[in-house]
Amino acid sequence: MASELTLSTSETAKSVGLVRKIRQLRLPWLPIIVMFVLLVCAALAPVLANSDPRAVNMVDRRIAPFETMSHPLGTDIVGRDMMTRLIYGARTTVLISLVALATGAIVGSVLGLIAGYQGGWADVLIMRLADAALGFPTVLVAMIIVTLLGAGMENIVLAVVITVWARFARMIRGDVLGLRDLDFVTSAKIAGVSTPMIIARHIFPNTVNTLMVITSLQVGQVILLEASLSFLGLGLPPGAPAWGIMVSEGRTVILEVWWLSLLPGMAITIVVLAFNFFGDWVRDTLDPKLRRS
Amino acid sequence: MQRFIFIRLGQAALTLWLLSLAVFLSVHLTGDPAAYLLGPELGSHEYEQLKKNLGLDRPLVVQYGDFMWDLARADFGRSAIKGIPARDLLLQRIPATLELALSAFALSIIFGIPLGILSAVKRDTIFDTAGKLFAVVGIAAPSFWIAIMGILLFGAILGWLPTFGRGGVDHLILPALVLGWASMAGMVRLGRSSMLEVLDSEYVKFARIKGLSERIVIWKHALKNAVIPVLTFGGLTLAGLLNGSVAIEVVFAWPGIGRLMLQGIQTRDFPVVQATVLAAGFFYVFTALVVDILYAYVNPRIRYD
Repeated sequence: MASELTLSTSETAKSVGLVRKIRQLRLPWLPIIVMFVLLVCAALAPVLANSDPRAVNMVDRRIAPFETMSHPLGTDIVGRDMMTRLIYGARTTVLISLVALATGAIVGSVLGLIAGYQGGWADVLIMRLADAALGFPTVLVAMIIVTLLGAGMENIVLAVVITVWARFARMIRGDVLGLRDLDFVTSAKIAGVSTPMIIARHIFPNTVNTLMVITSLQVGQVILLEASLSFLGLGLPPGAPAWGIMVSEGRTVILEVWWLSLLPGMAITIVVLAFNFFGDWVRDTLDPKLRRS
Repeated sequence: MQRFIFIRLGQAALTLWLLSLAVFLSVHLTGDPAAYLLGPELGSHEYEQLKKNLGLDRPLVVQYGDFMWDLARADFGRSAIKGIPARDLLLQRIPATLELALSAFALSIIFGIPLGILSAVKRDTIFDTAGKLFAVVGIAAPSFWIAIMGILLFGAILGWLPTFGRGGVDHLILPALVLGWASMAGMVRLGRSSMLEVLDSEYVKFARIKGLSERIVIWKHALKNAVIPVLTFGGLTLAGLLNGSVAIEVVFAWPGIGRLMLQGIQTRDFPVVQATVLAAGFFYVFTALVVDILYAYVNPRIRYD
């Protein structure tokens, strides 16, 4: 009995402590809810959507939002359900940004770690390449890639990676420069640990904060980039359920079928806003050095 | 300082060289330009003949040498679609793009800096909230979407402004505002934070203690120092504006380089793609270079390595 009692009080104490800790974090709830909804839509698109995002239905076309229950957000000029296409659009957005950002982060981190730790010609080469990549507008890179390889999902990803890796490489390299002469690295060297092992076990874990901050600050940019490339027709094939493509489909009929451009554009704006706010929060929480007033 | 300029010039040259290499490879390694020009219906004899005429049967290195020599003379070849030199097409389009980018830049400075300052001076009032909201939405909303919504509202519903093509000042207002919004948003943000920083500094506190009026403190003492970082940022956004205008030019049917570039890609008109991509890249790298050097000149504290 007594032991039960102590157990339950210590458990409540624990949970109270946890609640307080969460409160102290000042989590940005609204952005987190938006991000959660986006991820759920992306993961469960076939379950949530009530029809095929590409199914043309010439009978039910140009239905305005909130007119019928079967098409709550209306239909487009060839009768495809707007709600369905928006949900599948979330899937496209998440997929492309996730793959692009992850690849960019991995390539950038590895190169940044090498440049920072090895120094010498590797450092010079990698950093000059990073300067060249940063000194370059992404839309132009995407245009070259599309001319080079044709339009397609993997080419959007490539375009994003080519410009994004350099930001990671630069920041990670900066971190490594500050770390590589610290005592724990020197002792590892003396103990005979191999260079790849030192980088992986001793240097890399100390750059994870920076990595998370840059990643979260880049998400919004990457989503916007994917949307504008899709809008220009440089990404997925026409008719694919991507928010940028949907906005461009509505462009020519904006006077009569206004919801066609309005809704996906709002979706992009809300999602990017959420990620930007969340990114600011991650930066302020993890890296007070980077905080701006 | 000289060392800095020298290194920075080298970087710019490297960037441009990588760009030209990418452009060369995009034309000569992917697809077959001769096959594109000829179409499927002609025989292999004509195909070989055309390849010879275009010099495509020679080794890649020789072709690269030719390409660089043509570049040096700003000769990009003849547009396959329009039949006139791509350089002429490019030159026709440059004024339109410059007009749009410079107007957007001017608008973003004229509105961005005062809004940022106002936001900081009237901190935590309705002005501040409005300024922050304006900035946050400007950064998050895709410009092509704002452009379409602008056409819907000001062109179609209110009927105040033309929405299509290049013409008088009225044609310029909407595209310039939309293009400028994102950089304006950046200036509001930066202007606000740098003004807040300056207002918190010792010399401003001292001016206040001296009993100077708030107006003099803000306009005479604080403003000058607060504006420097905003102007630097502004220079960099100009470089971005020159190229960020592709989507805006498309939406407003603006006859600029960006739209020409996109048309070139859609029709696989390689000379036009070459000319526009290289021109846009050159503008970008050149503007960024000038801004960097000016910045180093204005701010001696910058690191030269």
